[in-house]
Amino acid sequence: MKQFDTFLGKKGSTPASPTGQPLVDVQGLRVTARKDDGSSVEIVKNVDFTVARGEVLALIGESGSGKTTIALSLLGYARSGCQIAGGQIRIGQRQIDQMDEKALLAMRGHHVAYIAQSAAAAFNPARTLMDQVIESALQHGVMDKASARAKAVELFRALALPKPESIGDRYPHQVSGGQLQRVMAAMALITDPELVILDEPTTALDVTTQIEVLRAFKKVVKELGTTAVYVSHDLAVVAQMADRIIVLRDGAVREMGSTGQVLHEPADSYTQSLIAAVSPATRVAQLREVLPASMPAEVRAPLLRISGLVAGYGAPDRLGLPGVRILDDINLTIQRGSTVGIIGESGSGKTTLARAVAGMIAPARGSIQLDGQNLSPTLEGRTREQFRRVQIVFQNADTALNPAHSIGRILNRPLAFYHGLKGDAMRRRTAELLDLVKLPSSVIDRLPAELSGGQKQRVNLARALAAKPDLILCDEVTSALDTVVAAAILELLAELRRELQVSYMFISHDISTVRAICDDIVVLYAGRMVANRPREAMMAPPYHPYSHLLLSSVPAMQQGWLEQVAGAGQHKLPPIGAADPSPEICAFLPRCSLRVDGVCNVVPPRRRNMEHGGEILCHRSDADLQQAQAPLLPVEGVTV
Amino acid sequence: MKALHDSTGGEAAAAPLPASAPVKRVRRHSTMAWIGMAIVGFWVLMAILGPSISPYDATAIVDTDVFSGMSHKFLLGSDYLGRDMLSRILFGTRATIGLALAATVLASATGTAVALFAAFSGGWRDAVISRALDALISIPSKMFALMMVATFGSSMLLLVVTAAITYMPGAYRIARSLAVNVQAMEYVQAARARGEGVWYIMTTEMLPNMIRPVLADFGLRFVYVVLLLSGLSFLSLGVQPPDADWGSLVRENISGLGEGALAVIMPALAIASLTIGVNLLIDNLRGKRAAKE
Repeated sequence: MKQFDTFLGKKGSTPASPTGQPLVDVQGLRVTARKDDGSSVEIVKNVDFTVARGEVLALIGESGSGKTTIALSLLGYARSGCQIAGGQIRIGQRQIDQMDEKALLAMRGHHVAYIAQSAAAAFNPARTLMDQVIESALQHGVMDKASARAKAVELFRALALPKPESIGDRYPHQVSGGQLQRVMAAMALITDPELVILDEPTTALDVTTQIEVLRAFKKVVKELGTTAVYVSHDLAVVAQMADRIIVLRDGAVREMGSTGQVLHEPADSYTQSLIAAVSPATRVAQLREVLPASMPAEVRAPLLRISGLVAGYGAPDRLGLPGVRILDDINLTIQRGSTVGIIGESGSGKTTLARAVAGMIAPARGSIQLDGQNLSPTLEGRTREQFRRVQIVFQNADTALNPAHSIGRILNRPLAFYHGLKGDAMRRRTAELLDLVKLPSSVIDRLPAELSGGQKQRVNLARALAAKPDLILCDEVTSALDTVVAAAILELLAELRRELQVSYMFISHDISTVRAICDDIVVLYAGRMVANRPREAMMAPPYHPYSHLLLSSVPAMQQGWLEQVAGAGQHKLPPIGAADPSPEICAFLPRCSLRVDGVCNVVPPRRRNMEHGGEILCHRSDADLQQAQAPLLPVEGVTV
Repeated sequence: MKALHDSTGGEAAAAPLPASAPVKRVRRHSTMAWIGMAIVGFWVLMAILGPSISPYDATAIVDTDVFSGMSHKFLLGSDYLGRDMLSRILFGTRATIGLALAATVLASATGTAVALFAAFSGGWRDAVISRALDALISIPSKMFALMMVATFGSSMLLLVVTAAITYMPGAYRIARSLAVNVQAMEYVQAARARGEGVWYIMTTEMLPNMIRPVLADFGLRFVYVVLLLSGLSFLSLGVQPPDADWGSLVRENISGLGEGALAVIMPALAIASLTIGVNLLIDNLRGKRAAKE
């Protein structure tokens, strides 16, 4: 059996064999899921598609559209509770739907390989990368250990991993997330599979990492002529990778066509709405403009003033500062009724900043003032009125709402706690709140688990609004949501600001979202504020080198963008001497393409104002930056 | 509390189904759970009604026929003094279940309360409490009970307190690990950021989300306590005459073991049936969420 498979596999991997016939042919695929009451529901409805040899097909859709289910069925696999109920799946010579479990096992990881979203969860932390990469090749008896190792090193090199000869000796925790994702690609490709399934492989990565990973994937796919099915919710990413796109909704195909056609001339109304939702900038910006340009209140003291904030953990050093600083010297102000965006990669200290303002993490230095009044660094020292005025909305509505409390109870609590409402007055206010966040009043008696992700996030927001706050700290509130739902939440935020005059501190890793709704944008890098500038200044160079890197790494919904753009890792970094070990030295130095030897690595940068507004932390002058930074590609959907 | 929402669960979610869709009620509990429930229900009923329906007075010597077998006169035989065994067992039910219940409630309640406090305050408080209770766990339970009885003499109150102290650290450990997980959830963080007090957060935000495993542990702990108290009674350190629990019934009739007297076997069977019943019940009692899976 195994030998037969191996034989078939070899036959399949030589492109000469059956030409003219597509490699993958799926006809009338139906997948059903069992519901609580024992009845079954179709989650994939009669889907047909083919993938030609060497083609990359993208499956795109929101969560629950069945895209992952379809991809998994190509492996002959259905998640627990689900079942492939009908249809034909053919890959090469194999009829997947008629294979038994043993034959499927021999096929998986050999002829058809799978790259999952979270590489960190897919690797065994106790074994070296090399062991895990060559495991499937050894298991399926494709090659011996020495040639598998040689092949893995070759793949590491092709995937642009650093030190391809020795990276295999490391353990999963010793490489970065983006590198791990690429190692996982090597693991999938080691057996020369006929088909590779990529399931949202870059969704969990930062933009600057994503672009590196995408570039590596694209190169390998092109060089090896791999046939792939790419599952994603992100149209811009798909535009870079795919030859053809299938748009899915509720388990059915809405549109199928070449990448260019789907992106530029979408025929289906749902596809059109998806594409519109990718660029919230324009729609929300319109709402923004309605705001009274400058209110008299602005003349007065700012609503929130953070000065010289330092926070971190670890044993204090001799100056009494924490050993590991998560936030270093943060200075910013938020005016009444305005929105300040905080962007940065994971680990840059965004969430810590919000928590410090909310009083949940006591800063080591610095002060936080609300309306000129010092806020206590700890929760204990704050008054209920201060608690009321600053509300925090957490990223993940799934865990931010108590699963044991009904929606009504969740919303009632702040009303009773801050405003002492009860009885009819409370009921009325709760109804108003639900109305404000556009939820039907019937949700009152439901539990959070009975709501959708977008609805939960609305409840989460309504709970913060119940306090009638002056400032809402929004921590990645749209990151876990589908594009269309996220766009609706952003619109809601903009509308609420106009109606209620609240201020937001809007934390996100997504620069286009931040640019869509924020007045001022603060860029954090490794806990430092490298730039703090008004939104308009973030529309054209000069930028701080890190801002520029971030901006140029956001995929544009345009084919060929990946090849044209000068994102991360494209520039040769100028050589520099040894860097001064002082923590004051520019943190971005190791990645900066504009660094100056003898200045950047020796002298700490000073905060300076820019001509076009705002301030940055950089040695380079405006003119220098302007010269080095080409204007970003003008792309529809991203307002540059 | 959750059970109230059972019928509206799932179906009422984001995409509402047509109202006419037949909603088949999921059978909540398995057959095993029902058997367990029946056994436990029977013994609880006997604890309440036992003495009033027993054929004889529990302390009355009915006949000179000791260690007799089953007969119309003695449904479950007679003991070493010629007393009716059925009446003795019914009489002992109250002490057995009552003491065990009191001790378990005490152990689980204090364990959970201390665990909530430790998990919520964290830091050195958590460390001190956890290590102290770990030290307590390391003392063998029977040894500890012997020590207590030897020091203070046996009384109902002492037995309850002793059993509670013995099994509190176990309850604490379970509850603390649950509380640490719940405490890290964002809804607890949100409550803290709202300025809520410790009491509100512990009782309203945290407790409802850990109550189910705590209750399952309660059932298990009840069984341990029954066995500990019966064991103590068997060593004649537990319930003292004229009161009797099942453990002491076994001990006082132990001389009949050689001839296979029902007087030894019946109370032992009673202990076994109660513990098995409770175990069946808690192992198979499932919540709404578990029933769906």
